[in-house]
Amino acid sequence: MGLCRLLWSVLLMVLVSSSVPVGSDGSPVYDGVTQTEIPRAPHTPRHAHPEGPGGPHTHSRAFPVLTFQFETVRRPFEISLWILLASLLKLGFHVIPHFSSVVPESCVLIVVGLLVGALIKLLGETLPVLDTQLFFLVLLPPIILDAGYFLPIRSFSENMGTILVFAVMGTVWNSFFMGVVLYGVCVVEGSELAGVGLLACLLFSSIASAVDPVAVLAVFEEIHIHELLHILVFGESLLNDAVTVVLYHLFEEFATLGEVTVIDVFLGVLCFFVVALGGILVGTVFGLLAAFTSRFTSHTRVIEPLFVFLYSYMAYLSAEVFHLSGIMALIACGVVMRPYVEANISHKSYTTIKYFLKMWSSVSETLIFIFLGASTVAGPHAWNWTFVIATIILCLVSRVFGVVGLTYILNKFRMVKITGKDQFILAYGGLRGAIAFSLAFLLSSKHFPMKNMFLTAIITVVFFTVFVQGMTIRPLVDLLAVKKKKQTKFTINEEIHTEFLQHVLGGIEAVCGHYGHHHWRDKLDRFNKDYLKRWLIAGARSQEPQLISFYNKLELQQALRVAERGSEARLTPALLKNLSNIRPNWGTRSRTMTKISKEREEEIRKILRGNLQKTRQRLRSYSRHKLVLEGEEDSWTEAKLWRQKVEIGRRMSHYLTVPANRQDSPPMRREKFDPAVSVPAISVEPVRPTDLAEKPFEGPQRTVEGAMRTGSGKGRKLSVTFALDVEEQKLPRCLSDPGPNKIDEEDEERSREWEEV
Amino acid sequence: MGSSQSTSEEQDYQLLADRTGFSLEQIRILHKRFKHLTHDKDTLRREDFEDISDLTFNPIRSQIVEAFFDKRNFGHNEVGSVEEIGFEEFLTVMSHFRPTRQYLTEEERDKIRQDKLRFLFNMHDKDNDDTITLDEYRHVVEELLSSYPEIESETAKAIADAAMLEVASVTMGQMAPDELYEGITFEHFLKILKNVEIETKMHVRFLNVDTTTMNCVK
Repeated sequence: MGLCRLLWSVLLMVLVSSSVPVGSDGSPVYDGVTQTEIPRAPHTPRHAHPEGPGGPHTHSRAFPVLTFQFETVRRPFEISLWILLASLLKLGFHVIPHFSSVVPESCVLIVVGLLVGALIKLLGETLPVLDTQLFFLVLLPPIILDAGYFLPIRSFSENMGTILVFAVMGTVWNSFFMGVVLYGVCVVEGSELAGVGLLACLLFSSIASAVDPVAVLAVFEEIHIHELLHILVFGESLLNDAVTVVLYHLFEEFATLGEVTVIDVFLGVLCFFVVALGGILVGTVFGLLAAFTSRFTSHTRVIEPLFVFLYSYMAYLSAEVFHLSGIMALIACGVVMRPYVEANISHKSYTTIKYFLKMWSSVSETLIFIFLGASTVAGPHAWNWTFVIATIILCLVSRVFGVVGLTYILNKFRMVKITGKDQFILAYGGLRGAIAFSLAFLLSSKHFPMKNMFLTAIITVVFFTVFVQGMTIRPLVDLLAVKKKKQTKFTINEEIHTEFLQHVLGGIEAVCGHYGHHHWRDKLDRFNKDYLKRWLIAGARSQEPQLISFYNKLELQQALRVAERGSEARLTPALLKNLSNIRPNWGTRSRTMTKISKEREEEIRKILRGNLQKTRQRLRSYSRHKLVLEGEEDSWTEAKLWRQKVEIGRRMSHYLTVPANRQDSPPMRREKFDPAVSVPAISVEPVRPTDLAEKPFEGPQRTVEGAMRTGSGKGRKLSVTFALDVEEQKLPRCLSDPGPNKIDEEDEERSREWEEV
Repeated sequence: MGSSQSTSEEQDYQLLADRTGFSLEQIRILHKRFKHLTHDKDTLRREDFEDISDLTFNPIRSQIVEAFFDKRNFGHNEVGSVEEIGFEEFLTVMSHFRPTRQYLTEEERDKIRQDKLRFLFNMHDKDNDDTITLDEYRHVVEELLSSYPEIESETAKAIADAAMLEVASVTMGQMAPDELYEGITFEHFLKILKNVEIETKMHVRFLNVDTTTMNCVK
């Protein structure tokens, strides 16, 4: 970082020269100052007294008002400057209007890296090379964790077989085909490439044939193809790490040993299973640990995200210790821990995790590409036309063959066939990236004298795939009219029927008597429900069926959306007359749930009455309902309802913190008979309010850590029967709000399920 | 049920294969299973389903069992339910779950989709009035949640209501103040599930090779 040092030095030289002398006689003070400064800054030039330590006492010197010490902060300073540069570039990239739609980000970043590298080289400083340690231990994990944590599980597991086939068979095929043909080319070419042995070629091709998750993510993120394709390419790029690791180490060993026996090959195959399964096992263990830990974090919400990150990173590192597949460990960890952790942590923590992961992975990705560019400039290079051209062609060809061949076999077994267009995108989307580069860098020059040539070739391949394929894939996708991602809105009906269908299929399989996909999935769900959820999720949420959580999620989303929208909406009485609303009826409170003291009931009742706005409600059963679903009114109703709910929920959650010892059913029911109500009491269908009544109690349930609930999990849904009345006066509020912090906390807890759709 | 088959059985199988679309091997295997379930009798009754151990955990088992005895699924345009069914009806019901072939025209695909959705619709619409009323829908949701005994019926009602509301808003759009929403008709049902790819999801892999392990516990 010569540039910046130069600037700083100039600046400070000016300042330094104007320092004020304190006095020549203040020796004790001066000594003290000197003494304290020396241990901190051994290099500071100002303190380099030529007379030695005995001298300075008598030497009259000006008190240093401003000093320049760069060495101590050098390293962190440089790192921060790099990251700042990368982020500023990202900013600038998106500010330029049309640029980002044509050129994928990764291309720009590599170019910038090239420029920066060239600049640094011109200045004669040492170039930052993509240090392998740095790459594998610091830059790669955030990206993989981000990918693994937010992996769409449903589509991933549906296509698991296909993904595995592509990842394993595809990569193996690529490596061998490319290696062998490359060797042939080397032999044929003769002159320069004669020294390249078969094993070296195989090693090289195993490095070069792995589809890179970073590059794939970077490019595919921007093109929005439909989910199946996306998950296939992406899943493959994640899972082929195991294969790459094994092949790499295998060929490296063989190349150094010199000879290969059948036993070695067999051991190699065994090694693959160990690496893959071991990685997954390590990841799962850490994931379960993280889930278990998160069960107890209700009092220390602030460090929840830290657990997630630490456990995942530990999983990665532990796997790397044993040369297992760190990437698979990381993914397994993220996938395993996610459902349980999300059920346990607060909304804020969830948001924190999400944004930190995205932030880190974004920074990592940027840095990786910049460093890639800079390292290219650094060299050393050994360009060999034949080799490089052969590599590129072979990469493409072997990928195409692999994809087509495997798809042909796979389509025989798949329900949703992979079409020709899909195959094209699959083949074309096999981008290589920084992992290949780093692995090549790791090669020892001793055993592989042609390391530089390999490096050059790999860089060329990476550049080719990222630039050429990356830039052209978007217009190609448009040209071929590949199916794009559907904007799915979750509907409760689809969810109901999908679950229903799942059970039907499981039942039919049972009738048929054979254990198919649905059978195992049902078994897994049952296992999950009976054991895992009980252990790993705190509180009553462990008993929640998926439909309910989905429903709650949906409700919350709507609530938040409407709350944002409708906070200014005020229902006028005139409008109210036209609304035949669904009466917000709060179902009967179940007996076992009510552990509330009498005074609290009173308070709650008053608050409920006092804070709800008065609307004219008519009681109807749903099937005879007239629905007035005109847009405005609907949203206003919703807005009102949701606002009320949120408010009520907030207030109610304050008072339901301490369990009373009595069963309080009789007094609760009294609440129904509000004397001012002029409407007949009919049991009616709450569209959402019932659920709302349940939600606020989730908050306190979690904070109170199960004290709310008795041994029986029954009746965890708490609801209050309440009849609203139109004309009643607003009762004065009796209780003041407790502190804002508590409200926020619980608000967060309740709304934490708001997930990105 | 050895390897020697009388030609009349072969012919029967062939007829069934033509009608339902299964292959001969699959029919043979399913027949074996049928015999196993009925304990070598000729007709299947509701009680025979009790023996299937895996079915006991299924929250909607009663509806699944009912579907087998529902005449509407037999393809003869009759209504009502029967007490016992033969192999042909068994096979017909199963044929609703056959995987869809790959290369189909739009109408064929549509027809298959409608068949499958009709099957599901019939499972919900018990009184056969061609609409799923709120009560029936509630029942569906309750059954789905029945494996979680702690959940109250209020919740199921709430969910069913929300779902009905959604259907109404999707299919009917804006309704006049005095219109009633009766229930979900088959067209509405098709509409709300148009994003779910039924034709690919609703299938069970029927074996082509006889590797069934007859291990259902009596």
